[in-house]
Formats: sequence, structure tokens, C-alpha cells
Amino acid sequence: MTPLVDIRDLTIAFPHGRQDNRVVHGIDLTIHEGETVALVGESGSGKSVTARTLIGLSAGVVGASRFDIAGDSTLGFRERDWRRLRGTKIGFVLQDALVSLDPLRTVSQQLSDAFGHPGYFGRRDGREESSALLLSVGIPDPERRLPQYPHQLSGGLRQRALIATAIARQPSLLIADEPTTALDATVQKQILDLLAERKQAGHTLLLISHDLAVVARLADRVLVMKQGRIVEQGPTKQILTQPTHPYTRQLLDAVPSASSRGFRLSPATQSETDAPALPAAPVQRRLPLPPKRIDATQRVLSARGLVKRYGVDSFAVNNVSFELAAGEALGIVGESGSGKTTVAKMVLGLVEPDSGTVLVDGQPWSHRSEAERRARRAGMQLIAQDALSSFDPRYTVEKIVGESLDTVGVFGRDRRQRVVEVLDAVRLGPDLLHRYPRELSGGQRQRVAIARAFAPRPKLLIADEPVSALDVSVQAQVLDLLAELQAASGTALLFISHDLGVIHHLTDRVLVMKDGRTVETGAVETVFAAPAHSYTRALLDAVPALP
Amino acid sequence: MDSRNTSVATPVPAFAVSRLFRLRRNGLTAQIAGRIGSGLLVLWAAVTLSFVSVHLAPGDIVSLLIGEQLRTPEVEAAIRAEWGLDEPLPAQYLSYLTRVLHGDFGRSYILQTEVSQLVLSQILPTLKLTAAALFVAIVFALVSAVLSAGRRVPRSIAGALELTLVSTPSFWLGILLLYLFSFTLKLFPVSGDRSFSALVLPALALGLPLGAVIGQVLRQGLERALEEPFALTVRSWGTSEFVLRLRHGLRHAALPAVTLTGWLVGSLLSGAVITESVFGRPGLGRVTVEAVLGHDMPVVLAVAILSALVYVTLSTLVDVLYLWLDPRLRSDSREAVR
Repeated sequence: MTPLVDIRDLTIAFPHGRQDNRVVHGIDLTIHEGETVALVGESGSGKSVTARTLIGLSAGVVGASRFDIAGDSTLGFRERDWRRLRGTKIGFVLQDALVSLDPLRTVSQQLSDAFGHPGYFGRRDGREESSALLLSVGIPDPERRLPQYPHQLSGGLRQRALIATAIARQPSLLIADEPTTALDATVQKQILDLLAERKQAGHTLLLISHDLAVVARLADRVLVMKQGRIVEQGPTKQILTQPTHPYTRQLLDAVPSASSRGFRLSPATQSETDAPALPAAPVQRRLPLPPKRIDATQRVLSARGLVKRYGVDSFAVNNVSFELAAGEALGIVGESGSGKTTVAKMVLGLVEPDSGTVLVDGQPWSHRSEAERRARRAGMQLIAQDALSSFDPRYTVEKIVGESLDTVGVFGRDRRQRVVEVLDAVRLGPDLLHRYPRELSGGQRQRVAIARAFAPRPKLLIADEPVSALDVSVQAQVLDLLAELQAASGTALLFISHDLGVIHHLTDRVLVMKDGRTVETGAVETVFAAPAHSYTRALLDAVPALP
Repeated sequence: MDSRNTSVATPVPAFAVSRLFRLRRNGLTAQIAGRIGSGLLVLWAAVTLSFVSVHLAPGDIVSLLIGEQLRTPEVEAAIRAEWGLDEPLPAQYLSYLTRVLHGDFGRSYILQTEVSQLVLSQILPTLKLTAAALFVAIVFALVSAVLSAGRRVPRSIAGALELTLVSTPSFWLGILLLYLFSFTLKLFPVSGDRSFSALVLPALALGLPLGAVIGQVLRQGLERALEEPFALTVRSWGTSEFVLRLRHGLRHAALPAVTLTGWLVGSLLSGAVITESVFGRPGLGRVTVEAVLGHDMPVVLAVAILSALVYVTLSTLVDVLYLWLDPRLRSDSREAVR
């Protein structure tokens, strides 16, 4: 039987002037009918551009000695030929349906676009067809959803609707490019379940992801890609349990989980994000992290009965209390809309609680004037999710990090020295001092954000989803850094995340939030080993796990 | 630390607050009504300002309103009666408001005619010209943006054309058009406002520079939209590039372009005067210029209020169009709960 996709020696380049700028260097890709193949690698590995080449939308210069899709060679294809293939032979799903669906058109309009019905002229009523399609991707009550816009749907429904548009014309192959990356754990599980159902029904699937744990459950075969080359491939089980290439092992080790607690996620010697491949010699698999110094007698932060209302009867946060000791790490875990960021804002003093109080170092912090708080601000620092947008784009790294020293009165030569010192602590060289944020990689940006937070020697660090926009391998390095610096400085850490694996790996105690309330709280080991609440159990079940 | 304890300590916000919220939640109609309401407020302010300016202007009111007309006791008496100058100020203000509300803008003593009739007779040709120019502008902008967005060669051609049009004064463009199409090719009449064909050249002269500005904004918006992730999704359905641009891209691009168009059309009304002169057309622009030069205060005031009305109408229209274009701005379209 001819394979659905048969590509030999694929190269993709983005020529610029004289430069070739090759991003994919001669890879082979074969996908058979009914198979689920996963292409795994970090951003910049060339996996997404490879996927786009399959529907003729890579925007690069593509070369191949063979490029067959469903038995037809596409080597001489023109735009018109590709268009006939898109949607019918190959469907394509991107991450984050909020931006991957047209935000200005209703679900029904977009389904009709995807069906290829004439939109404005001679409209054919595809209502029943659309309803049936939405039902088939697990959207209950489709009649209600059809006239709605993407932003009116929940994250899960939205992603399902996106998948519905991709399979509207029953393509033989569905490509899913990071289909669950922006989603909460339980929603991610739903979407993976949906894809698993399609797999069961015999459909062919190509998964693209940076996260081996996500594809572990679904894929029959895994191809590991690095810098435009496939470094290892084989049956999923073999790749996961007996990886031969050090890069694959590095990817596996990078997944934070219960078993990685107290150990490093990234190889210890690595100082740069884009470091060369590791020596092939077998290294000791997990290096321990330095021990923490928790001083239970010193309460850095207390939150008591925090309440924040919006409107009259809706609560963003409803009676949340916690304590944080020096050197301790408290994780707040919950899905989007659970109120965890509002809690962080109240702790930071950006939002005043409607009732309840925040104490910092035992002194009242909430309901004070900002003038009163300002002197104490330096003791409390924030690391945001999107480092780039938390920087002034016209500031250099030196200014970005140095600015946090304003409040503690460090200027001139001392400031330069401290900036170099903290940059060194996050393993960034002084050559970066005069760079602008846009010139840094994602991992470097988050390191600069960490350096900025640690520069004034804070007692309390608030990290709001600091790693959720990062690839697993970069995330591993950032988490290791945070753990190291926290242990060395004895800073208390309030770590907010939707990712239970990260929380389990990094924090000492956890507070699970749902709909603004505390669902469960306690030591991480206890809560995750024996969750008392059904919601915690559901969250834990949803986490994709490596075998 | 009892987590299940729901200490709702505040039954304070009374029903008054909840009613306020219900009103705000009342969706699109309330949003549009709010926009119109604030528009009316601006209009009222404009009328009041014109009343105040008459009273604060140096010199006495009668000679201000008479302008360069000869001052006779009869005229003075008429003005005193019309403006109620013998009554107290609040009563004057109220009667002024009522008059304006009824469309009575008083009498021009220079032209010896009712201001509202004068304005009415002149506004139609101007509106016709403005509407035609707007049509030209939109068509030009759409065609130029859709055909050239994201394509290297068409983009630079369209860019050069637009730059030329923007930097050419519209009277010069008008003279060129007249020379080419009226004097040489004899396709269109030279002046006047008798037939539809007399509208073509002035509309082009006024509309093309406008279209060039809107076209640039529209193209930028379109290019940004085509870079968005959803454009990739739409392409992956097998949709053609042209349909993607028309059906998906334009709506995104329209948001900034609509705001700009609203402002530009407002300025068209006053900018039309030069074009009207070049093509020898009647219109509000000429009336205004003559009134200003002749110190014909009643006409000037009427035009000021009218132009406030035009701006308010346009900006309300722009706001409503925004709501229609972008469902995310409608307050009733909150994110649904799972």
C-alpha cells in the first residue's frame, strides 16, 4: 500500500540575500494510513515549518527528491493544486483557537468557509451539516454554539470548533501543530481524548509538539527533531524508555514531575540555551539540586481571608488564606479563571481586597497608601509570564535589570557591579548588557526577568506562570535556575501555575484553587499522593505522564 | 484555615447598584444608546458655546449680528425681538435653544434671508459632492489595498501612486482633471451642478487624495491581518487568497480605517470649498467663506452648529460601525462559562 505521505530528503530554506538560511536539512518523512506520528522538538527545530510544507504553506524554498501525498507527486504543484489538496486531503490545526480562528466571524460562518460553501453569493444552508460536525467533535448543544463568536466559547469548546473546521471535508490526514499548548490540563486532556477517538476510528494523525509527555499517549511513532535534522526515531515506547540520542534523553529529563523533585531538570554544565549537543557519553541521569533553607519562624507573607468581588454576586477570589515562611515555596495551582492571578495582584498590592488582609513581614500591607508601601516594595519582586512585554523595549538589558535597584538606592559603579553579578547568577555573560529585549531568545528573556527580580535581594518572589510560554527544555533550565537561586538566597517564593508537574517539582506546599475558592491545601507530597478533593484528583488525572 | 468557610461579610451593595449593572448588561442597544446620548451632549455644548460666544464677543450684540449691513432702527428692533435681548439672560438662552431645536437659525441681515433656508439650499450640493468623493475614496482604497497588500511590486506601485495623490493639492488635481477631461477630451462639463456627469470630476479631485490616505491604513491593516495565525487556518481550508482577503482580512483592516475615514469626511465638508470654487459649484463651503468675510454672524453660527452636528453624527456612526465590525467590543458578548 502506498503511504499517505512519502517525503525524501526534504530541505527548507529561507534565502535572504546571498545567505541560504536552511532550516530543514534533508529529512525523510513517511506516514501510513491509520498511523499516528509525532514530530517532537523545541522551537526553532524546524518541526512546524515541516508540517506547513505538507500543505504547501511554508513560505520557504522547499526541495525534495520525493514529495508524494496520497500517491500524487506534489513536486510540480502550483498554488491552485495545493489549494485543492488543503482541507480535503490534509486538515491542519494550530494552537490557541482564540487567535487561530477568525475572531470576527461566527462559528457557523467559519464552518461554512471550511466546508468551502460559497459564503456571500448563493449561500447554501449547511446548518445541519455544521451541527452534526460540532457534535462529532464533542460540542454539546451545537445549535447554541453556531451563532457565537470564538471569544464567547470556553477554551475547550473553541479548540474543538477549530478541529471541526479542519476535519469538515474529511481529510485523510490531520496535522495538529501544538494543539494543546495554550490549554489548561483538564482541557488538554479533553482535546487529547478527542484526538485519541479519531485515532481509534482509524484516522491518520501527525502531531507536532515540544512536549514528549503530550504525545506519549497518542503516537505510534516518534521522530525527534533538532536544528532541522531528525536525530532519533522509532516506536513511541522505545523512544520513551530507551532513548539512544542524548538530546532525546535531555527532552525526557526536562519534563517536571513528582519523580524529578529535588533534582535538576537540565544538564548542569549548560550555560546557554542554544548550547551544542551534549557528549554522547552516558551521564548521571539526575543531578541533585542544592538543599533549601526554610526558616519556619520567619513569616514573610500572610494572607487572611482574601475576598475580591466583581459585580455584585460574582467572586474572583472568595476567602483565600495562606502563610509563607522565609525560603519556602508555595504553589498556587488552578485553571484559567480560578482566581490565582487575582490573588497574586492582591499580594502585590495592585488590587485591594474587598475584605481580608495581607501582611508582609508581619506588617500590614493591604489597605495602605502606595506612598507608605513604596519603601517596602523592593522586598517583593514579580516574575511575569511574558517576559518580553514586561520589559521596556527601548531599554538595554543593563537598564532593565538596573532599574530594579532604584528603590534600594544602588547607583553608579555599584549598580553595574550588581547587574553583572545577577546576570552571572542566571548564567548570562556581560556581553548581553547592551542588548535589547527583542534580540534575546525566549529563555534568555526569562533569565533576564529572573535576574531583575533577584537584583534588589527580595525577601519574597511572586512568579505568575513564569514558564508556561516556554518549551519544555527551556522551561527545565529556568526552573533549575529558580530553584538554585531560591535555595542560595533564602527568598520565599509564591509560584502560580496551571501546570501540576511544575508545581510538584518545585514547591513545598500547594494550594489548589477553583472558582475563586481554596479547594485543598497542604504539603505537596501529601496533596498529590493522596488528594482529598475530587477536583484535585481530576486535575492530577489530566496530567499527561511519561511511562 | 477552613477553606469551605464562605464569609460573605457584605450584603451592602443595595439594589441601586444591581440596577445599574443590569442596565449596563443590557447589551448592544444600551451601548448604542449611550453613544448617541453622549453625541447629543456634545451638540448641546456646541449650541451653548455659540450662544455664549455671541454674548462674550466685544462690542454690542446688535452690531455683531448685523455685520456690515447698514444699521437702521427697524433692523435693530427686529434683532432685539428675535434674540429677546430685553429679557433676562436665562430666558434668552432658553429661547435660543428652542429656536435651534426647531431649526430656526435666525435671519441673515446681509443677505436678507432666513439662515436655515440659505443653509438648506446650499447643503444639498455639498452633501452630494461629499458623498461622491467618499465613494471614490472608498473604492480607490479598497481596490488599492486588496490588490497590493503583501505583494512586493504592486505594493510599491500603489505606494508611489498614493504618495503622489496625497501630496497633490486637490485644487491642482482638479485643474489637471479639468484640463484633461473637459477641455481636451470634452468628456465632462467644465462647471456647474446640472447633471450627474458634472459631479464626476469634482468627486475625483476631492476623493482621490482621501482614498490614498485611507488606502495606506487599510493596506497596513490587511497585511497585519494576513500575518495572524487565523489566516494560516483559513488558508489550510483550501480557501483562495482573494477570498481570504475579502472575507477575513478586510474586516480586521477596516477597524482603523473606519476611524480615519470618519475624521476625514468631517473635514471634507470644510475642505470642499476649494474644489467647489475650481469647478464653479454651489455649496456650503462658498456660503461659509462669504459669511466669514462679510462678518455675517448668524450664518457663521449656523454653520458652526451644523459642522458640530456633522462631526457628532460621524463619530457616533463610527462607534456603531465598530460594534458591528468587532463583536468583541459588544458588552453582551462576554466569555461564556464552560
